[in-house]
Amino acid sequence: MSPAPILSVDHVGVRFGGLTAIADLHFDVHPGEIVSLIGPNGAGKTTAFNVMTGFLKPSQGQVRFRGTSLQGLKPHEIVRLGLSRTFQRTSVFPDDTVFDNVMIGLHRRGRSRLVDTLLGRDRAGEADLRARARDLLDTVGLSARAQDKAGALAYGEQRLVGVALALATEPAMLLLDEPVSGMNASETQVFVRLIRSIRDRGVTILLVEHDMPMVMEVSDRIVVLNYGRLIAEGPPAAIRADPAVIEAYLGQGSAARDAARAARETSDA
Amino acid sequence: MTRHLPALALLAALVALPLALGNEPYLLNALITTGIVTIAAMSLNLLLGFTGQLSLGHIAFFGIGAYVSALTSLGFDIEIVGGLRVVHAPWPAAVGFLLAVLVTAACGYLVGRLSFRVRGAYFVIVTISFAEVVRLVALNWVELTQGPLALTGIPPFTLGLPGLGTTVLRTKLQNYYLVLVVGTLCYALIARLVGSRFGRAMRGLKENESLALSVGIDATRTLTLAAVISAAMAGAAGSLYAHYLRIIDPDVFLFSTTVTMVIMVVGGGKGTLLGPIVGGLIFGLLPVALRPVMVPEAQWMVFGLVLIVIQFVMPRGIVPGLARLFAWRRAPAPVPLPVEVRS
Amino acid sequence: MTEFLQHLLNTLILGGTYALLGIGLTLIFGIMNVVNFTHGALYTVGAYVMYLAVTALGLGFFAALPTAILGGFLLGAVLDLVLLRPLRGADMDTTMLVMIGAGIVLQSGTLWLFGGVAKSIPTPFPDAPLQLGPVSVSWLRLFVLGAAVSLIVLTYGLINRTRLGLAMRATFQDHDTAALMGVNVRLVYTATFAIGSSLAAAAGALLGPVYVVFPQMGGMAELKAFAIVILGGLGSITGAAIGGFILALAEELGAGYISSGYRDAMGFLIIIAVLVFKPTGLFAKAERIG
Repeated sequence: MSPAPILSVDHVGVRFGGLTAIADLHFDVHPGEIVSLIGPNGAGKTTAFNVMTGFLKPSQGQVRFRGTSLQGLKPHEIVRLGLSRTFQRTSVFPDDTVFDNVMIGLHRRGRSRLVDTLLGRDRAGEADLRARARDLLDTVGLSARAQDKAGALAYGEQRLVGVALALATEPAMLLLDEPVSGMNASETQVFVRLIRSIRDRGVTILLVEHDMPMVMEVSDRIVVLNYGRLIAEGPPAAIRADPAVIEAYLGQGSAARDAARAARETSDA
Repeated sequence: MTRHLPALALLAALVALPLALGNEPYLLNALITTGIVTIAAMSLNLLLGFTGQLSLGHIAFFGIGAYVSALTSLGFDIEIVGGLRVVHAPWPAAVGFLLAVLVTAACGYLVGRLSFRVRGAYFVIVTISFAEVVRLVALNWVELTQGPLALTGIPPFTLGLPGLGTTVLRTKLQNYYLVLVVGTLCYALIARLVGSRFGRAMRGLKENESLALSVGIDATRTLTLAAVISAAMAGAAGSLYAHYLRIIDPDVFLFSTTVTMVIMVVGGGKGTLLGPIVGGLIFGLLPVALRPVMVPEAQWMVFGLVLIVIQFVMPRGIVPGLARLFAWRRAPAPVPLPVEVRS
Repeated sequence: MTEFLQHLLNTLILGGTYALLGIGLTLIFGIMNVVNFTHGALYTVGAYVMYLAVTALGLGFFAALPTAILGGFLLGAVLDLVLLRPLRGADMDTTMLVMIGAGIVLQSGTLWLFGGVAKSIPTPFPDAPLQLGPVSVSWLRLFVLGAAVSLIVLTYGLINRTRLGLAMRATFQDHDTAALMGVNVRLVYTATFAIGSSLAAAAGALLGPVYVVFPQMGGMAELKAFAIVILGGLGSITGAAIGGFILALAEELGAGYISSGYRDAMGFLIIIAVLVFKPTGLFAKAERIG
């Protein structure tokens, strides 16, 4: 009944040698949604992001974005289709100013050809890029930091630079990898508003996050991973009450973990 | 314009320098060869400094440029595979220069496509290997290159201006200004390039490759572009070298020249526009200063020590070091404002 | 056929020293993540110590060899303590540049001390070669092969059978975890660099008497060591050992059947071929050392 998904993760599996990072992941994200991908450490969330953005090749299955298979595409080609991401740790170009970071991020918007560049004929294009960079810094609230070195910013501010960089590619969908880790409660609140405002501009959002209150507050829908396998999917209220999810987060050697391991072993055999 | 002020001041000084020196052939010769190697160092800086790829085979492009230009202007008569005979009649030196630029650009493309498949130690070793293979070809393809006997009698450049007739650039002074013109052009091209979106893409790849990919920068394309431009400039420098010295042998491919260029770049300040020029002038002319007091072996020991000491005390090089010292553009850091979202 | 057999025999003898050279380099890269641009200089130093020990000190050929190896070991230890230890944690480009600088200092220093004239090292072996059916081999070369193989076996034993070797293997796997487990990582690094250096010196001391000794001999040796290590996969000891023999074979066949001028080019052509077909070398980097 729902409209065509913007992103389909279609039975994706990732194995490194004998290790299974993702067993069999299958879910859709629909346009305009804010979806969170959660799960305990090592559940395969970042691996899933890396598959969606072309940094890793899946051992099985494929990802489709706006109906196009991403199979075999390189990261920079996937960005050009409108699927952008942020990184968990290193989200900036550390030796450049915040402003120049965004200018680097606007690479795709620049249209100038090499010949024009070498002859100095791309002044107008550069002025347009600078204006756009100022807009983006304004959007994420970093205008005051424009001339500071990105590597010298506080951790939370670096995440914002990462978001500005991702927005610079004019994505239809944004993947955020633990965007609020390292932020305090008030910074997180500000960030939640930022995510909503981005969505209100028509950008679909999928995020990986450990901060449960934040996830519960911002998400329309939550997908729960454990041991490389989807164990639950639904709106926040349902997820909060789901026994399998509770087991996954609380249990060491719990039923969910055993079940997941058993399932993985049978699928590997 | 103010940001180009130091460069313009340096250019003015270099234009005036021969007037101050008088006609001192030994010094002028040192300045010309220094200038030529400095152009090569500037081109190396494009890779080493701006894209962060430590290419240690750069001398290959310089040498190929020298040989292509020399052979174009000397002509040759060789037999290649299958008994096919290739005869080339001498062309003007200026055509040699253009062909040197084109051929080295093509070599830069091929080497780039091949070697940018790997990074780090692999990349460094592959670039060195490429230079060695080229040196061995120059040494062994005697029919074409005369091998260790050297190519001699290479004609100097001639300058033809419509209505003014032609001049053969025989004097040191003329060659000095030729090198200065080519060097200035290369500087301007590099400045344009690194200030553009292509230059920003290079910096992005250097600082954080994954992030650069994720904003849509095509790594292979960007790095190969840098390699092509860099190789073409090194080829131009090689052509200047061949037509100035008028004799070249396979020693133009020596690894030690690459090391000299690397010292110029990292000593002067890699990834800065002026760094390789400042470094080039210092380390190109250092042997002139050291020659009266020490033998060449000892001079080389000094070079080696300098390379080590730079990494310990001034890893970013002289130009960034000076810039920090003066810090004339640095205002106190703005007070951090609370993060805020505007709707 | 006889010619081919002779090439194979030569390969075996050359390959032994190449393997030594490669193992030293790959050990240092695998454990310390340092591309050792002093490797060629250490090869040269080994040859000159051998020369001095035999001629000036009158030590005798068989006592001179361990002296040269010890010389390489000590010089390696000094290089690590003075240059690499203070730079631990710096990026790979920095250590590469410092090592290039140190290599230049050592090479020009050798040239300054000994001059550019090549020296030959007198050996106690008879001039007449040993005839083995259709092929012949000099006693000296036979000794070189024996010594190289013994040193390779010794290195394997050291890495696989000793406490130091265990610490080296642990550091190779993950130096942080090794440090947590009580491994003295700094000591392991110094030992690794000294051992790798002593292997380069050994190769120089063994090949010095076969050819001649001159200050620039290390340059080509170093480039060959790079080729061997790329071929075998950076950080793989077995790969370096096999890579040494493959390079020797390629050089022998290239020089014998193509052109002797391109003997030294074989290594680089191999590097380029490896890069095109299997960028991680014949033995993957993840392989454990030993």
